[in-house]
Amino acid sequence: MVSRKALVPAAFVACLLPLAWLGGRYLRDDLGANPISELENRLGFYALSMLLLSLACTPAQLVFKWKWPLLLRKLFGDYAFFYACLHLSTYVGIDQFFDWREIGKDVVKRKFITVGMATWVLLLPLAVTSTQGWQKRLGFRKWKRLHRLTYVAGVTALVHFIWRFKTLNTQTSIYASILVLLLTVRIVFWLRRRKEPNRK
Amino acid sequence: MKITPKDLYLQRRRFLQLGAAGAVGLLARGAAAAKGAVHGEKLAGVKPMSKFDTTEKKTPFEDITSYNNFYEFGTDKEDPAANAHKLVTKPWVISVEGEVKKPRKYDFDELVKMFPIEERVYRMRCVEAWSMVIPWDGFPLADLIRKLEPTSRAKYVAFETVVQPENMPGVKGFSGIGFPYLEGLRLDEAMNPLTLLATGLYGEALPKQDGAPLRLVTPWKYGFKGIKSIVKIKFQETQPATTWSQYGGGTEYGFYANVNPDVDHPRWSQGRERRIGEFLKRKTLPFNGYGDQVASMYAGMDLKKFF
Ligand code: HEM
Repeated sequence: MVSRKALVPAAFVACLLPLAWLGGRYLRDDLGANPISELENRLGFYALSMLLLSLACTPAQLVFKWKWPLLLRKLFGDYAFFYACLHLSTYVGIDQFFDWREIGKDVVKRKFITVGMATWVLLLPLAVTSTQGWQKRLGFRKWKRLHRLTYVAGVTALVHFIWRFKTLNTQTSIYASILVLLLTVRIVFWLRRRKEPNRK
Repeated sequence: MKITPKDLYLQRRRFLQLGAAGAVGLLARGAAAAKGAVHGEKLAGVKPMSKFDTTEKKTPFEDITSYNNFYEFGTDKEDPAANAHKLVTKPWVISVEGEVKKPRKYDFDELVKMFPIEERVYRMRCVEAWSMVIPWDGFPLADLIRKLEPTSRAKYVAFETVVQPENMPGVKGFSGIGFPYLEGLRLDEAMNPLTLLATGLYGEALPKQDGAPLRLVTPWKYGFKGIKSIVKIKFQETQPATTWSQYGGGTEYGFYANVNPDVDHPRWSQGRERRIGEFLKRKTLPFNGYGDQVASMYAGMDLKKFF
């Protein structure tokens, strides 16, 4: 096991591995027949995966009474935003090649792109305020309420993922199930806590 | 060669090289092994050059055989290349049914010998907004239909793909559509000189991921109309149910599925497409650029309604 002190640095490096892997495939010209789409999809997929990892930390703590997942919550969240930014840059700079008119049309007309954009817009303030400084500045309760938006972002990211395909498939169903499970855990614990008389 | 504003279109390799420039890039390129797609048997006596051929740059064999939609083998583009080898194509029987003089079963080997094989270099536009240029080998569906002598009640042709659950992970798994895969054409569409039954590409027997041993090619329609690994051809009076036109309550894909930049998919635009191997997207042409050959078949039809 990694010691607690090494946990965060180790996770920091681990979260970069998908990017390194993708970079390796790019350099080997191994991104398949449609490398632009592959690049874009992989980055989006990593963003969603990081987001779900971040959302899994609190439920893991609640269910298993582990403390260590909470140390990783911010890291995963920041990485979700990091990969989302790379994903967005690929879309703007490579897929659409800065064709702002087409991009504007896409965001307005294609609901699949609209929810992607909405997700990114939701993640932006969360990434900015993910630091302890902001936690203090906002006050813990306000900060917590703001960061519940992560779940909304999780849902919109998932819808974006589902809509990208022509049909519901194995991958999207698995990711949808994971998100439903995490939300259920949160709701169950929230209901349970509400029943306890001295906790307000 | 036709001069497209190609200077604008950076080729894929160039795009990759640009980023990979420098020592690392050079090293990496040395190490880049061409991914070998399995080559099929060489086809003999293929008649080259039809009047319908496009002179655009052909998509490499490797790309045509590694980037496919064939949901029986999985929903990812790479799945068919990975899984289709399990498909059993010998023996292969095609059942001709319905409104024809003599309904009967044909062995594939018997069927291909009935017609000269010719090459057709066609554009292929996928509903997912990418496209390729593919040198198919095959024979016009019209030639077969004339031999089969449809009755006067034959107004449509329905096609069906093989189902081999043991060999098709997508059939057993969860892919969102039903099997067998169904397609159909109006009889005049089926008789159109462009419509091809393909048995090969690049002069070689059709790879399994591309629909071996026999598939449909209708270049003015979205790629999904090109039903693969056909085992049934049925002539009928009524419009056949097709897999994608039934999907989503019929709101997402129409029966006709003619390439049309003015009718968007509910979730994405069909105005432009990325030609595989090119960097910038290009404008999608009505009927995928085959309007001269096919537009008259739809005269007077509202193509926004019959999409
Ligand atoms: C800024 C707004 C965004 C835009 C314009 C956008 C656009 C796109 C596009 C164009 C694709 C690829 C479609 C294709 O090739 O078929 C895609 C795929 C995807 N995007 Fe986004 N996206 C955005 C934000 C996000 C965010 C914030 C997330 C997650 C947190 C995300 C997750 C995904 C996923 C999971 C996929 C599919 C990956 C796969 O197929 O494996 N996207 N997005």
